[in-house]
Amino acid sequence: MIFLDNLINGLSLGSIYAIIALGYTMVYGIAKMLNFAHGDVIMIGAYIAFCGLQYWGLPPVIAILAAMAVCTLLGVTIEGLAYRPLRQATSLAVLITAIGMSYLLQNIALMIWGANPKSFPRTFINGASIRIGQLNISSATIWTILANIVIMVALTLFTAKTKMGKAMRCVSEDRGAAELMGINVNRTISMTFAIGSALAAIAGVLLCSSYPILQPTTGSMPGIKAFTAAVFGGIGSIPGAMIGGVLLGVIEIFGKAYISTELGDAIVFAVLIVVLLVKPTGLLGKPVREKV
Amino acid sequence: METQKKALPLLKAHDLHVYYGAIHAIKGITLEVYENEIVTLIGANGAGKSTTLNTIAGLLKPRQGTVALNGEIISGLGASKVVPKGLSLCPEGRRIFQQMTVRENLEMGSYTRPATEIAGSLEDVFKRFPRLKEREKQIAGTLSGGEQQMLAMARALMSKPKLMMLDEPSMGLAPILVEQIFSIIKELHQAGTTILLVEQNAQMALQVADRAYVMETGNITLQGPAEELLHNEAVQRAYLGS
Ligand SMILES: Nc1ncnc2c1ncn2[C@@H]1O[C@H](COP(=O)(O)OP(=O)(O)OP(=O)(O)O)[C@@H](O)[C@H]1O
Ligand SMILES: [Mg+2]
Repeated sequence: MIFLDNLINGLSLGSIYAIIALGYTMVYGIAKMLNFAHGDVIMIGAYIAFCGLQYWGLPPVIAILAAMAVCTLLGVTIEGLAYRPLRQATSLAVLITAIGMSYLLQNIALMIWGANPKSFPRTFINGASIRIGQLNISSATIWTILANIVIMVALTLFTAKTKMGKAMRCVSEDRGAAELMGINVNRTISMTFAIGSALAAIAGVLLCSSYPILQPTTGSMPGIKAFTAAVFGGIGSIPGAMIGGVLLGVIEIFGKAYISTELGDAIVFAVLIVVLLVKPTGLLGKPVREKV
Repeated sequence: METQKKALPLLKAHDLHVYYGAIHAIKGITLEVYENEIVTLIGANGAGKSTTLNTIAGLLKPRQGTVALNGEIISGLGASKVVPKGLSLCPEGRRIFQQMTVRENLEMGSYTRPATEIAGSLEDVFKRFPRLKEREKQIAGTLSGGEQQMLAMARALMSKPKLMMLDEPSMGLAPILVEQIFSIIKELHQAGTTILLVEQNAQMALQVADRAYVMETGNITLQGPAEELLHNEAVQRAYLGS
């Protein structure tokens, strides 16, 4: 039973990683950059939801929607102000900007909400848990796994079927050729940030529903782990982010349960290194095509 | 010809200067394409032919000079805003979307057109390229080189261009396929599309073209009726291998 408990906890944590990893992987696939501020967008989303619930008396669903709206706006603004002017710059310059943006967001949060951890309010997400025989599954776990599945299906359909989704695939493959089709590349990249950031808000709420301590650095560690998950699954690949995230969550929980609580995080990164040694492009990553 | 030349050119590139950082790749070229012409641009490797086409298409910004389509300045708009004005580029190296299906590639070609017009255009394109119809659902990256070139041309046609620019469409193809590509170019021309063609195969390009420009290291060094250049001694020596 402990094994199953751990497995379910791993799936739940992994689902949060997966939702965050989608943001990294979509932005990497389409804008060809690592948006290290993504983890901090999660934290901002969680704070907005917190304010909605705690101070403004919003119903939970409205608070979540407000967090999504703010994060969408934030993501698009970050892209437009900080990253767009660097479109032709070296990837190192972009990376440093992204790290700077991450600190900026943390410090803004520190200014507004202070350093004291806030306790995230309970909502319908933390409802009654379900018993199946000996097994006790918390409501947050169910919501998290459910959200992950819905997001996965919706994103897959979006990129496969819609005009904007197809435009994203074009920009991801060949930016110049996409422009020759009449696709507005800047708008497509903005849209990618919008989607990734809205998902970050959802991840923030789910994260704080399971681990209800909220502070300005709340997004950092999950952000790094989710980035690891995206690389693990094959950065740029949407199903890769899903698989990478879920596997990483399961490995982390099992590592902590059966090997060592202290070394849990180290085990996660060790597995990543092994995978990258065996398959440098990650589990589902496509090998880089040689130009002929 | 004479009366045509007095009319407004469909495309006019005027005094274009293009740089890659400090490299002065295009050094003040002027060229014109009139409606219903086939114009070819020939020159050695690195002369600046692709740079010229990419600048006209809006992928590159000229530091000086203008590009006008039907008298309207289009330089500076950016490629995505140039396409709906009736100019399309079938780029060097094909650059089809390898991971998309043949049909998706074609649909992307008509990205800027109303959804209701796509079915009709698809039908037209499939009539011209029956091989693509058979492979509609195939992933484009798995097509043969010749099929990929057909797809690239078909995709460029999906925007219904008034002027179609082709950058080395015969590159890397077997002679029989080269023949086929050139006969398709002639057919497109007969159907009313104006064509600006960049080619390594100067012989064939000069045979289908009405007029030609010769480029050397960023400048246009010769221009005139294709027939004339075909018999020009300097051209023969440099590009026709005789
Ligand atoms: N992205 C780039 N960065 C720097 N220099 C470039 C770039 N693209 C082209 N050049 C340079 O500009 C010049 C013109 O190149 P261009 O590709 O236009 O030549 P081309 O006539 O099309 O040659 P080819 O027949 O080989 O295709 C060359 O000297 C080339 O090295
Ligand atoms: Mg070229």
